[in-house]
Amino acid sequence: MTASRIPPKHPTIDEQLERAGVSRRHFINFCGKLMVVAPVGLAITNKLSPQAVAATIGKARRPSVIWLEMQDCTGCTETLLRTSRPDLGSLILNIISLDYHETVMAAAGNDAEAALRDAMAQNDGKYVLVVEGSIPTKDDGIYLTIGGKKGIDKLREVADHAAAVVAIGSCASWGGVPSSNINPTGAVGVDSIVKNKPVINIPGCPPNPYTFFGTVLEYATTGKVPKLDSFGRPLFAYDRTVHDHCPRRAHFDAGKFATVFGDEGHRNGWCLYKLGCKGPVTHAPCSTQHFNELEDCWPIGIGAPCAGCTEKATAFTIPLFTTVDIQHPLPPAFYPEVNPEHKGMSPVATGVAGLVGGALVGAGVIASRKLGGHDEETKE
Amino acid sequence: MNSDRRDFFKGMATAAAVAVVPSVARAREKKRPQSDAVGLLYDATRCIGCKACVVACKEQNDLPADTRGYGKGLYDAPEGLNEFTKNVIQLYKDAGEESYVKKQCMHCVDPACVGACMLGALQKGKYGIVSYDVDKCVGCRYCEVACPFNVPKFQWTKAAPRIVKCELCRDRLAEGKEPACTAVCPRQAVIFGKYTDLLDEAHRRLKDNPGNYVPKVYGEHEVGGTQVLYLSHVEFEKLGFRFDQQESVPHLQQSVQHGIYKGFIGPVALYALLGAVVFRNRGKSDDKES
Repeated sequence: MTASRIPPKHPTIDEQLERAGVSRRHFINFCGKLMVVAPVGLAITNKLSPQAVAATIGKARRPSVIWLEMQDCTGCTETLLRTSRPDLGSLILNIISLDYHETVMAAAGNDAEAALRDAMAQNDGKYVLVVEGSIPTKDDGIYLTIGGKKGIDKLREVADHAAAVVAIGSCASWGGVPSSNINPTGAVGVDSIVKNKPVINIPGCPPNPYTFFGTVLEYATTGKVPKLDSFGRPLFAYDRTVHDHCPRRAHFDAGKFATVFGDEGHRNGWCLYKLGCKGPVTHAPCSTQHFNELEDCWPIGIGAPCAGCTEKATAFTIPLFTTVDIQHPLPPAFYPEVNPEHKGMSPVATGVAGLVGGALVGAGVIASRKLGGHDEETKE
Repeated sequence: MNSDRRDFFKGMATAAAVAVVPSVARAREKKRPQSDAVGLLYDATRCIGCKACVVACKEQNDLPADTRGYGKGLYDAPEGLNEFTKNVIQLYKDAGEESYVKKQCMHCVDPACVGACMLGALQKGKYGIVSYDVDKCVGCRYCEVACPFNVPKFQWTKAAPRIVKCELCRDRLAEGKEPACTAVCPRQAVIFGKYTDLLDEAHRRLKDNPGNYVPKVYGEHEVGGTQVLYLSHVEFEKLGFRFDQQESVPHLQQSVQHGIYKGFIGPVALYALLGAVVFRNRGKSDDKES
C-alpha cells in the first residue's frame, strides 16, 4: 500500500487492478455493492449487472484524490479502509489514486509536505479534494495548525486547484461533533469556506464508504457531479430515510416496539423507535448497505437506535434516546372498524352535566317566582 | 259583502293548493347514468387489505396523514373517511366472517349531496364524477348530512375550510391516467372503467362464481344507483352500506321542492292570500281605531 507514490502515467482502473493482482471477483463484488447503494441516480450504476458496472468503471482513469484531515477523529478514513476480506484495502487504493492522505501515507514531515505539493502540481485542476473533519474559524482559525499552516488556509489553497471538493463525514459537511453546542472552536463545514468549487457533502458518522466511491467514480467516469439535495448530499444515497428500508420496518408497521434495552421486544429484534431511533427522519443508505463488509454491522442491526448522524438538525443535537416525529406516517398493520364505536360520555361527566342542568333549572324557577312575586307586589 | 270576499279568498287558497298537489304527486323521472359515466368496481373477495390505495390516494391528493388515532403520532391511521382521508380500507370482523371494505365517494347517479348543495358547489360533472368547486362553497355542510354513505367531510381544523371527498382523480383522468387507487392495487380488487363495462364484469363474476358472493351488485340499484359498484361475500349491511332503497335521496326531496315552486304558482298564490288577509284586516283595525 504505497499510496503516496504517484504512478508514472495514469492507467485505467482495469489496468491498475490487473497490475496490482487484485482479483476480478472482488472488483465485481465491489461493483455489486455500489449498485445496492445507488439503485438509481448514478450513470455508472444504471446497468443490469455488476459486470456491466465493472466494464464501465474499468475503462475510466483512476481519479486522483487528495485527502485532507481537519478537526476529525479519522473515523471516516477507518470506515474506508476497514475490511473483513483480505484485499479490500488494496482494492480501494487501486480504484482511486489516493495521492495524499495523512493517515495511510508512509511519508512524514517535510516528505509529506513535498508529496502534497507534487500531487497538486501533477494533477493541477483535475484532482478531487476530499476533506475529513470540520474547520475551526474562531480566533482566526488558530485551533488547527498543520505543518505551521492554519487549517483554513491549507484548505483554501488545496481547494483552489481542485476540480471538485468532497466533504466526507458530518464534521466536514456542517461541522459535526466539534460544532455541536457550544462550538468552542467555531467549527464549520467545508461549504462555508470553499465557495468557488462544487462541494459534495457526504455526511455520516462515519458515512458509508460506498457512497463516497459512487460519487468519486461517477465523477471520474462521466465528469459530472451527481445530483444533490438541498443539503448538498448526493441524492442517489440520501433520497431515502433509514426507516424506508429498515429490516425492522415490519415491526414498526405492526406496532411492535422494544421499550427497554434487553426487554423481550429488544431481544426479538422489534422496532427501536421508542428507544429513540432517528431512522424516520434520517436520510442515509445504511439500511441497505451495512458497514465493515459484515452483514448487520450497523447501529440498528446490533440493536442500537439510529443516531441520525447524517442530519444536521438531528445529529449531536437531539439526545440519543429522545424520539422524533415521523416525517411520512404510513398506515399501520391495523384496520379501522366498519362502524367505529364512538366514545359516550363517562358516568362522572353525565353526573356533572346533570347537576349543572338541574341547578340552572332550579335557579330559573326561583328567579321566575321572585319576578312573579314582585309583579304581584306592584299590582297590590 | 264581507262574507262574499271571504268566500272568494277561500276559493283562491283552495285553487292554489290544488295547483300544487298534482305536481307533487307526479314523480320526477328516475335519473340514468350519463353516457360517458365511469366508475370503480371493488371486489371485497379480492382485497388483501394492503392499503396501497390509501397511500396512493393521500399522495395523489396531497393529503396530510391522520395521526390522531392508533399509535398517537406514529401512523397514518384514520378511523374512517375524514378531512384528511378520501379513501380508506376498513375491516369487518365477526365470528367466522371477515372482510375488508374500501370506502370512498360512491359517485351516485343521482347524488344527495348535489341535491342538497344550495349553490351548486357539488356538481355531477364530466364522466358522471361528483366534483367539488371550492369557489362556490359556503361551508353549510348540508352535503355531509345529506349523503347516505357519509362521504363528504368538512375541514374542521382549517381557518378557510373546504369539503374533502373523492373526485375520482379527475385531474389524472384528464391526463389519460386511471385513478391512483386502481393504478396501485396489486390484486385488481378495485378496477376502473366505463360504468357499463364494470356492471357487465360484476355480473359476469356473479355468474361464474355464484357461491363466492352475496348475489347482488351493490350500487346497481341502491340509492338510485352509484357509479362505484361493490361485490362482496359478506352482507353489504355489515360492511356499512345501510341503505338498500331503490329510490335516490333527491327523488322525493326534489319532487316536493320542485313541485311547490313549479311555474311559481304556489308562491304567488300564497302571497296573494297573505296580501288579501292583510288587506282585509287593515280595514278591521281602522274601524276599531276610529
